Amino acid sequence: MQSLIIHSPILAIAIPLLAAFLTPLIGKFSSKARDIVVIVALAVTEFLVLILARDIYASGLHVYTLGALSPTLATPENFMIPVRIVLEVDAMSVFMGIISATVALAAAIYSISFMKRETGGTKFYTLLLLLTVGMIGLEFTGDLFNMFIFLEILSISGAALAGFRIRYADAIEGGFKYLVISAIGALVVLFAVGIFYGQYNLLNIAALAKVMQYTSLDQLALVLLIMAFGMKLASVPMHMWAPDTYSVAPAGTTPMIYVASQACLYALIRICFTLYGVTMNTSTIGWIIIVLGVLSMFIGVTVAVKQTDIKRLMAYHAISQSGYMLLGIGVGIAVLADPVALAAYGKTAISGGIFHIVNNALYKGLLFLTAEALFFSLGTRDLNKMGGMARNMKYTTIFFIIGALAISGIPPFNGFTSKLMIYESVYQFSPLLAVIAMLVSILTLASFTKAFQSAFTGPALPQYNNVKEVPKPMLIGMGILAVLIVFFSLFPNLVVNTIVNPATDSLINQAGYISSVMGGL
Amino acid sequence: MSALSFWSPLVLLFSFVLLSLVVLIFRNRGEKRYKKGTAQTKIFLAGEEEPDPEKLHVKAHNMYWGFFEALKHYYGPTMKAHTGIINDYLLWFVSLIALTALIVFISG
Repeated sequence: MQSLIIHSPILAIAIPLLAAFLTPLIGKFSSKARDIVVIVALAVTEFLVLILARDIYASGLHVYTLGALSPTLATPENFMIPVRIVLEVDAMSVFMGIISATVALAAAIYSISFMKRETGGTKFYTLLLLLTVGMIGLEFTGDLFNMFIFLEILSISGAALAGFRIRYADAIEGGFKYLVISAIGALVVLFAVGIFYGQYNLLNIAALAKVMQYTSLDQLALVLLIMAFGMKLASVPMHMWAPDTYSVAPAGTTPMIYVASQACLYALIRICFTLYGVTMNTSTIGWIIIVLGVLSMFIGVTVAVKQTDIKRLMAYHAISQSGYMLLGIGVGIAVLADPVALAAYGKTAISGGIFHIVNNALYKGLLFLTAEALFFSLGTRDLNKMGGMARNMKYTTIFFIIGALAISGIPPFNGFTSKLMIYESVYQFSPLLAVIAMLVSILTLASFTKAFQSAFTGPALPQYNNVKEVPKPMLIGMGILAVLIVFFSLFPNLVVNTIVNPATDSLINQAGYISSVMGGL
Repeated sequence: MSALSFWSPLVLLFSFVLLSLVVLIFRNRGEKRYKKGTAQTKIFLAGEEEPDPEKLHVKAHNMYWGFFEALKHYYGPTMKAHTGIINDYLLWFVSLIALTALIVFISG
C-alpha cells in the first residue's frame, strides 16, 4: 500500500493516459468492454487520488521525481537545482485532483447512455480520458513547462470534445473558438515560461520561487500568466468564448470542460501564491484579480438572466460563479503581505474561494447534466419551447432543484456555506464588494427561477406527452453529484476542516513548498 | 466553519422538518370536500373555455420584462459587446494584457 501511495501521483496521470490509448484498441472488438475499461480506469484514478489525499492530509506534501533513483529525490546528487520532471502534490493540488477525478467519473458514467445514440464513441472516450490526464497533470506538476504541456493536452482534447457533434454547425464553431482561444492562451503561457527560463535558467516552480526577484520581465510574465489563465477560466471580459463552447459540448463533457477551466484557476492561484508570493506587489495583483472577479460575477449573472437557451444560461452562470472564487482569492492575495489582515479575514476569504471551487464543480456540473438531460429528451435547448417537464422527468427535476438552490446560495445548501465565508471575509476588506456579491446571488436565484418555471412547471404540453425520464446511467451520473452536494451541505465543517483549510494553509506556506524540493531555505 | 461566524445546516434542517410537520397538521385540518374532475377544479368559474396549454405557460422570453426594460441602457451595450466573433474575443484579451501590464509596471 505504501508503495502505491508513493507512486500514486504519476499513476493518477498514467492510468487514464494508458486507458486513453487502450480505448481505441478495445473499442474495435467490443463497445461494452471499452465502456468498462473507461469506467474502471477513472474509478482507479479516483481511488489513487483519494489515497494520495489521505496521506497528504496526514503527513504533508508529496514530491515525485520521474527517472530519479528514489522518486522523492527532487534534486540529483551534486546538483543545485532539480533537472528532472517533478510532480509536487500538496493539499491544494490534491484538492483539485479530487474534483477533477470525481467529475470525470460522474461524466463518464453519465455519457454511457448518451453515446449509444451517437457514433464515434471510442474517440469520445479517448478524448474524455485525455482531458482527465490534462487536468490532473496540470494540478500535480511542479514544473512550469509541464504545466504548459498539460494545458495543451487539456485544451486540444477539450476543443475536440466541444466540437464532437459535428452535425451541428454551432458545435464546430464552439470547438473552433475554444481551440483558438486555448492556442493563443497557451502561447502566452509559453512566452511567460520562456521569460523565466531566459532569466533564471529554471523551469521548476519551487526553484524559480526561491530566486524570484520580481524584475520588470517577471512583472510582464505575471501579467501574461494571469491573463492567459484568466481567459481559460472565462473571466470577464475574456469570457465570451465560454457560452459558445459550453452550450454545444455533448452530454457529460460540459462539466468536464468547466472543471478544466477550474484547473486553470488552480494554475493562476499556484502562480500567484507559490511562484511569486510576497515578492510581487500583492495589493495591485490582488485588486486586479478582485476587479476581474467582480466583473465576472456581475456581468455573468446579468447576461445569464436574459438567456433563453438553457445551456447558454448555465454557461453565463459558470462565469458568474468563477467571479466569486476570484473575489475570495483576490482578497487573500491583496492582504498576503499583511499578517494581521491575513489572519483576521484573508485566510477565510481564500478558504471561501477554494471551497466555492469544489461546491461549484458539483452543482454546476449537476446543472449542466440536467440541461443536457432536457436536451436529450426534448431535442431542444430553447426554454421558450419547454414546459411541464416535472411531470415527465421527476428525477431530473429533483436534481435541477438541488443544483439551482445550491448555486443560488439558499441555506442549507453548500453554495450558501462558501458564499457566506466569502461575504463575511470580503465585507471586512470592502463592504461594497460584499454587497455586490450578495446582489449577484439574488440575481442567480431569479435566473434559475426563470429556468425552472420555463422548463419544469406549467401545464403539460401536448408535443411532449411521450417524453420519458432519461436512462439510468445518466441518472446515476447526476445522482453521484447530487449526493455529494447534499453531503457537503450537511457537513460543511467536516469538508472545510478536512480538505479546504489544509489547501489554504498549503497555499500560504510558500516556504514549505520550496523547501520540499530545494531543501532548507 | 470559519473564525468569523457560526453556521450549522443541521439546526436549519431540524427547524425545517419541524415546520413541515406543523404545516402538515394544518393541511390535514383543511377542506375535505374537494372533488377531482368537477367544476371545482376549473380555472374560470364563469365557465369560460381554458386556453391551450402552450398559451397558459409564461414563456422564458416574457419573464422579467420590466427588469430588462428598466435596465435597457445597461443591457443594450452589454449584449452588443457579445458579438460572437472570435477576433473581438482576442481583441479584449490583448487589450486587457496591455492595460494590466501598464498598471503593474506603474505600481511597481
